[in-house]
Amino acid sequence: MPMNSPEKNGVGKEEAFRPKIVAFCCNWCSYAGADLAGTSRLSYPAEVKIIRVPCSCRVNPTFILRAFGRGADGVILCGCHPGDCHYTTGNYYTRRRMTLLFSMLDYLGIERERTRVEWVSAAEGAKFAETMRDFVATVTALGKNRRLEDLRCRN
Amino acid sequence: MQELMKARAAALLSEGKVNRVLGWAAGEFVYDVTPTVFESREELERDFVYSPFCGANLSKYLVKEARKEGKILVFLKPCDSFSFAQLVKEHRIPREKVYAVGVECYGKTDATALRSLGITGIVGAAEQYGALTLNTLNGERRVTVAEAMLEKCKSCKTKEHRLCDELLGEEGEPVSDCSRFEEVEKVEAMTPEERFAFFRGELSRCIRCNACRDVCPACTCETCVFDNPASGIAQKAAADPFEENLYHIIRAFHVAGRCTDCGECTRVCPQRIPLHLLNRKFIKDINEFYGPYQAGDDPETPSPLTDWKPDDVEPGSAVRKGGRA
Repeated sequence: MPMNSPEKNGVGKEEAFRPKIVAFCCNWCSYAGADLAGTSRLSYPAEVKIIRVPCSCRVNPTFILRAFGRGADGVILCGCHPGDCHYTTGNYYTRRRMTLLFSMLDYLGIERERTRVEWVSAAEGAKFAETMRDFVATVTALGKNRRLEDLRCRN
Repeated sequence: MQELMKARAAALLSEGKVNRVLGWAAGEFVYDVTPTVFESREELERDFVYSPFCGANLSKYLVKEARKEGKILVFLKPCDSFSFAQLVKEHRIPREKVYAVGVECYGKTDATALRSLGITGIVGAAEQYGALTLNTLNGERRVTVAEAMLEKCKSCKTKEHRLCDELLGEEGEPVSDCSRFEEVEKVEAMTPEERFAFFRGELSRCIRCNACRDVCPACTCETCVFDNPASGIAQKAAADPFEENLYHIIRAFHVAGRCTDCGECTRVCPQRIPLHLLNRKFIKDINEFYGPYQAGDDPETPSPLTDWKPDDVEPGSAVRKGGRA
């Protein structure tokens, strides 16, 4: 092999795609669920970046779109199970909002697998890790988010 | 009709029942009719028009006008009366400060559609029994109202007024064969790639003039998110496709559940983007997921996005169905 072949220098070698995943987690259930996953020594992919929110209904559609714009390849929203909201009804509103928003994204031709809502309680560390593994695998299979990205944030 | 409206407005003004009249005034050309507040009989006599080009919905102007001294008279077409009812429901308009007069409407005319039919130089227009007579510089032309209708009138849902104090002309009936979701269904039937390409083609024409937001009777925030300079998306041309998507998704989302489908957004768009496709998608989804709902229909039912049921559909399964339940 020649001294300065591209393969040797690592130039032109395609690095395996690692998606960026933003997970909005409710402070009372899912964030605690993620904590439990950690203390139980359950591993979940490092691609997941958690943003803690006081309640899943704090998440405004702009947050989701902004996350995609700034380079996320998938956005997942985790909250308390319906009926278990710390503020009684917050997640019911989340559910309606996200249903409409995700349906709209699908309508605009953005891959529906890039968005997800999952209900994870504070006792479900294993479910949290499993959900994240599954979501990361789904988004990795989809590849980079090209349809809803901000070109100025492309890297 | 125009003379009837003028006379009624003048009578109410002189009786002192109202002290201003919100109506339409002729612009430089007969087809650029402008919403105007008239304060005297002379102004009414001189400028007031009710022509086939009076497509503009006057309800939104009431938000500011009704805060002023005295009572204001407003003329409402059937679709406008839904916007008015919705604004009253949202406590944006004090009902007692407005005297609403319903006027009949059988579809308004789109000047651009006339131009594409080869009719230019219009100096006068009259409508009778679904026929439109146009006086142009090149002589008289006749078309049917349906041939040159505004996009919003093509899918008219009712000719019946929802909320008004009195009625001039005859009360109409709901349109039984309203097929306003047909276009949405057509888009839904495409593959995601086709949908993406379709909306790119439409939304990439956006010049962010904000006309759709400014005209929308549901968009009545005192300060809009799109006016916040710190947001990075304040009034400016969209820098890339993401900003176009962001603006249009958020604009439609902010009126979801409150949009009466008056179609003003599509009417005013200088780039002729079919914005109603986004609003109607939300309306269609709401109808399918949470039961039929018409904004402005009744003063009691809470808006679908401020309401919930324990057994609402989950976002995942709803989107998998893709609104094609």
